[in-house]
Amino acid sequence: MARPEFKTDLPVMLAPPERRQGEPLRIKLWHGIALFGFCVLSSTYVFADDTQAPASALSVLVKWMPLLLSGFLFNIVISFCSMALGTIVGTALGLGQISLIPVVKSSSWFVTQFFRNAPWLVLLFFAMFLLPFEFDLGFVVIPFPDWVKAIIGLSLPVMANVSEVVRGAVRSLPSGQWEAAESLAYTRQQTLWLIILPQCVKRMLPPWMNLYSILTMATVLASVVGVSEVMTLTGEALAAEGGRTDLLAPFYSFVLLIFFVYCYPIARYTVYLEKKFAVKD
Amino acid sequence: MNWTPDQPMVSIKNVHKAFGELEVLKGVSLDVMKGEVICIIGPSGSGKSTLIRCVNALNDIQQGSILVEGQEVNDPDLDKLELRKKVGMVFQQYNLFPHKTALENIMMAPVRVLKRDKSQTEVFARELIKKVRLQGKEDSYPGELSGGQQQRVAIARSLAMKPDIMLFDEVTAALDPETVGEVLTTIKELAEDGMTCILVTHEMGFAREVADHIYFTDGGLIVEHGPPKTFFDKAKDPRTREFLSQIL
Ligand SMILES: Nc1ncnc2c1ncn2[C@@H]1O[C@H](COP(=O)(O)OP(=O)(O)OP(=O)(O)O)[C@@H](O)[C@H]1O
Ligand SMILES: [Mg+2]
Repeated sequence: MARPEFKTDLPVMLAPPERRQGEPLRIKLWHGIALFGFCVLSSTYVFADDTQAPASALSVLVKWMPLLLSGFLFNIVISFCSMALGTIVGTALGLGQISLIPVVKSSSWFVTQFFRNAPWLVLLFFAMFLLPFEFDLGFVVIPFPDWVKAIIGLSLPVMANVSEVVRGAVRSLPSGQWEAAESLAYTRQQTLWLIILPQCVKRMLPPWMNLYSILTMATVLASVVGVSEVMTLTGEALAAEGGRTDLLAPFYSFVLLIFFVYCYPIARYTVYLEKKFAVKD
Repeated sequence: MNWTPDQPMVSIKNVHKAFGELEVLKGVSLDVMKGEVICIIGPSGSGKSTLIRCVNALNDIQQGSILVEGQEVNDPDLDKLELRKKVGMVFQQYNLFPHKTALENIMMAPVRVLKRDKSQTEVFARELIKKVRLQGKEDSYPGELSGGQQQRVAIARSLAMKPDIMLFDEVTAALDPETVGEVLTTIKELAEDGMTCILVTHEMGFAREVADHIYFTDGGLIVEHGPPKTFFDKAKDPRTREFLSQIL
């Protein structure tokens, strides 16, 4: 498409040059890393003429990095466990939403809506303070440390969202699939497990991965309830350094960076899958 | 309850069906004998699809009786699965299962629903593929087949259940003109083999050729019916004549 060249001396904003087809504006991994570098350098620079001349912010950060990374690893563990738990229960709930038994259908719907429309932090507190610190089964006592409660608390909104993803995917299949199966004498259960759900997996994958990204970022909420994940550790490290204000920017930039490095590829892959599936069907 | 082949295989009597306020069938009756091929024609919205979907209980009816081999379909205690094992159905939109290959589409119901032996079913399924002239397409997914090929797989998929009756609902309406013929040929061969068929179709030439009896529906009623020759050449009802003059 040819496009006239606009030239003017007036201080107006010209339309940006047209991007080549199939090359959308992309944030690349190095953009994030560059941003981080910029934050660190600028903060070091601002405080460079400090008379005390303490250890440079960067070297302090490097010292704490292993601890922060191990904290982040804990975030990932929490995200995995919450996702697994939320997916299992959420799938059951989603199937409940399409049940033909009215009471199952309506109660599944209610639970889904209830947990989907609640702030994640509130759900986390809810789990923290309503769950006992141990669970006595009579013959065995299962302890519920804070981090396990955090996993349960975070899995609640995941569960509700997975439930909606399942219901949406089932609804999105053409009704002809159900009718064809019905007229071949499949039972409803068989239709669901052999015909409907296998086709849904593909459709559910992108929103499911999206949800995982959101969950991963939400794991820092666990710091509010005292789980020693990356945010909690960052706060502790900063306190241990005597609350130096020049350390705030590099430390939190570093936390931002590791989340970005972890979540961004997932987001890209989700977009890739969405495109791939959109072409196919 | 004991049905014998000298009785109608499908006997529809005074069937009424409404979707909410909308009355779609207002007292339809027709009989189909074993081995007979009947065609239902009529304007859009006249209730043709609704009628044949009642035969395998995809739609329920409010009034009247449908006997399939002596089994009453309009019965709250009806065993729908047993009924559907006897009645095959092919749809306008093929409705193949896109995540399964052609062969799997054909084999799945006999193996999973009828619990037939898998290897014997495979032999039979390959015979059916040959019968609908799709050799070499066994391992293709529906998305890799043309409309006409998909529809022939759908026919084979129904036949794999060894039904006694086949229902066809405008199965060529979504096809390119070039591929209509191959599907009609398949149905014609099926009819010649003695399969009892109820067809809804807009292909008048085809109806004239294969049908034993033609029914014309309008406004939820059967307005006129008869063997093809009388029906096409000596239609009495003005609505039938108008419809035929438009379509022929
Ligand atoms: N599930 C449904 N709910 C409500 N109305 C319906 C439903 N199915 C069909 N109808 C209505 O019933 C009437 C008859 O529909 P039907 O599909 O039987 O017509 P048809 O003769 O097959 O028409 P066509 O030639 O267009 O396929 C139409 O007015 C349609 O809108
Ligand atoms: Mg129709």
